[in-house]
Amino acid sequence: MSDPHVAIMMMGLFIIFVLFGFPICFTLVAMGVGFGYYAYATPDQMSHLFQNRVFDLLVNQTYSVMINDVLVAVPLFLFIGYVLERANIVDRLFFTLSIAARQIPAAMAVAALVTCAIFATAVGIIGAVVTLMGLLALPALLKAGYDVKFASGVICAGGCLGILIPPSIMLIVYSATASVSIVRLYAGAITPGFMLAGLYIIYVVGRAYLNPSIAPKPRKEDWDIPFSRLVKMLLTSLFPLAVLIMSVLGAILAGWATPTEAAAVGSFGSLALAAGYRELTWERLKESVYLTVRTSAMVCWLFVGSWTFASVFSYLGGHTFIEETVMAMNLSPVTFLILAQIIIFLLGWPLEWSEIIIIFVPIFLPLLDNFGIDPLFFGILVALNLQTSFMTPPMAMAAYYLKGIAPPEVQLMDIFEGCFPFLFMVLLSMVLLYNFPQIAFWLPNALGYIS
Amino acid sequence: MNRILYFIDRLSMRVGHAFGWCILVLTFAMSYEIFVRKAFRAPTAWAFDISYIMYGALFMMAGAYTLSRDGHVRGDVIYRLLSPRKQAWVEFVLYFLFFFPGVLALIYAGYDYASESWSYMPYGFQGPRGEISINSPAGVPVSPLKTLLPVSAFFLLLQGIAETIRCVLCIKTGEWPQRLHDVEETETILLQKAQEVQKRADEASSLSTEGGGKE
Repeated sequence: MSDPHVAIMMMGLFIIFVLFGFPICFTLVAMGVGFGYYAYATPDQMSHLFQNRVFDLLVNQTYSVMINDVLVAVPLFLFIGYVLERANIVDRLFFTLSIAARQIPAAMAVAALVTCAIFATAVGIIGAVVTLMGLLALPALLKAGYDVKFASGVICAGGCLGILIPPSIMLIVYSATASVSIVRLYAGAITPGFMLAGLYIIYVVGRAYLNPSIAPKPRKEDWDIPFSRLVKMLLTSLFPLAVLIMSVLGAILAGWATPTEAAAVGSFGSLALAAGYRELTWERLKESVYLTVRTSAMVCWLFVGSWTFASVFSYLGGHTFIEETVMAMNLSPVTFLILAQIIIFLLGWPLEWSEIIIIFVPIFLPLLDNFGIDPLFFGILVALNLQTSFMTPPMAMAAYYLKGIAPPEVQLMDIFEGCFPFLFMVLLSMVLLYNFPQIAFWLPNALGYIS
Repeated sequence: MNRILYFIDRLSMRVGHAFGWCILVLTFAMSYEIFVRKAFRAPTAWAFDISYIMYGALFMMAGAYTLSRDGHVRGDVIYRLLSPRKQAWVEFVLYFLFFFPGVLALIYAGYDYASESWSYMPYGFQGPRGEISINSPAGVPVSPLKTLLPVSAFFLLLQGIAETIRCVLCIKTGEWPQRLHDVEETETILLQKAQEVQKRADEASSLSTEGGGKE
């Protein structure tokens, strides 16, 4: 058996064993070490069993994750998220925005979408956003007479925006995987992110305009408050959070601070914000710290495993083999891109975004060059694509979370049906992005971050 | 067996919690750096090194804690269809196949790596030993971080033993022993609350229909 065949066997065995549900990072480490031991074995290996270059490779890869200056931002952004989600700001935000939007059709649905988008951008944890909004906004929407499918679709779709709109953790992880500058990636993702959020809002408003029965107008006396009070409410709810997000993002994009520094200032700011709302207790601080450390370990240990696995896979010639096989298929760039996105979409069924980005996207990355595709462009398409995996069965994390906390009369099928039009919007924005790559590239280019 | 299990669980938790506070050091150190750099044009020489040291220590040392809370992602498509006893069997075997070899390799290789780092003598024969960072003249020591590599793998090994004990208990009794609780994700808490409310509502309605039957 030649080495590339061993590499393919390694990948095949890995995929089979993943299905057995063992923690993936350790499976990767062990398979990397096992196959690496074979790959680096010297002819006289049997006489000194404990000397093999795979051990050096293992520690070097592990240590390079430990000192990776991109991934430093991961725990910081997670911490911002955990502090903010415990600061009870969603209700203020949603209530204020509902009033501010009262003139337009489906005002509460638009407010729910915007709240989701802002909150998800700041927090970045889909489960938290969907459940918090599901507890707060969904009952309010249903009580106001909104259609069940319509309302639940809004919350699922809005809650998933956090992985796309910067400063998103998924983009940091992609940046570390693909060696694309995180600043460029953030600059590139802003417009597509807002475009998708905009398409959602257009759909919501348009649908309610055409069919007012699914989104009844609020009664006047409920929402009739003086303009000055509305301004005050906006200043205390929307404004601080918006300033926090914009200053973190602005500092990164303008090159004033590295993403890590901006994230550190952001987490300082989120502590200040929580304290300002008098929601920062010792208990909550501890919870945020402990959750941060757990999720960081989950993400970064996955990197330890993946980098060890990938360098052995590559040493055995696996990447070259895949590259040659794919090039022999004579695909056009479009076909390749569509095929890659379909595979990633399918992977989104059994796997979570972290596994897809850290383990499977690297298989596609070396191929991009052959087709003249910018990794930045590919990354944003992936981020858009993964939006769908949270809303489509069988995994549909967002839908299941919503079902878990929704009133019992909300059926899972209602949620899926409600998500469906939003999936179409995701597809539409992917098509738009493909045909007009400038949507992603204009901002990084304008800021002077050329690849 | 239970005592060993919960001892290791608690140990991993303490270590994870302790290293969690690195996030605050990271936050304050970097914020300070930005402040003095922008306000006084006097950047520190140590902030960059501190940033990755805090991050590296934080996630490495929390590996065992995360494992003790079943926090490492699994692709559980087939796994979750199995009965707890079958899950435990699968896991028990896979711990010996995929966990211990990798972690032992990390301890073995990491030990050499760390001791090599401690053998550096950057300040000459008289000065303190241990490798220092090449990123700045401040000479931030990096040997401690390299030492954490085998140390964190050692804690993982202990937690791995605890997890195999958990598997054995589950194979015996047919259900998974409880994990320790300290803090849960918001969505987990909210979902549990919703389930309890639903359960209570169901009980209440079944009581009322029973009552109705008697009349």
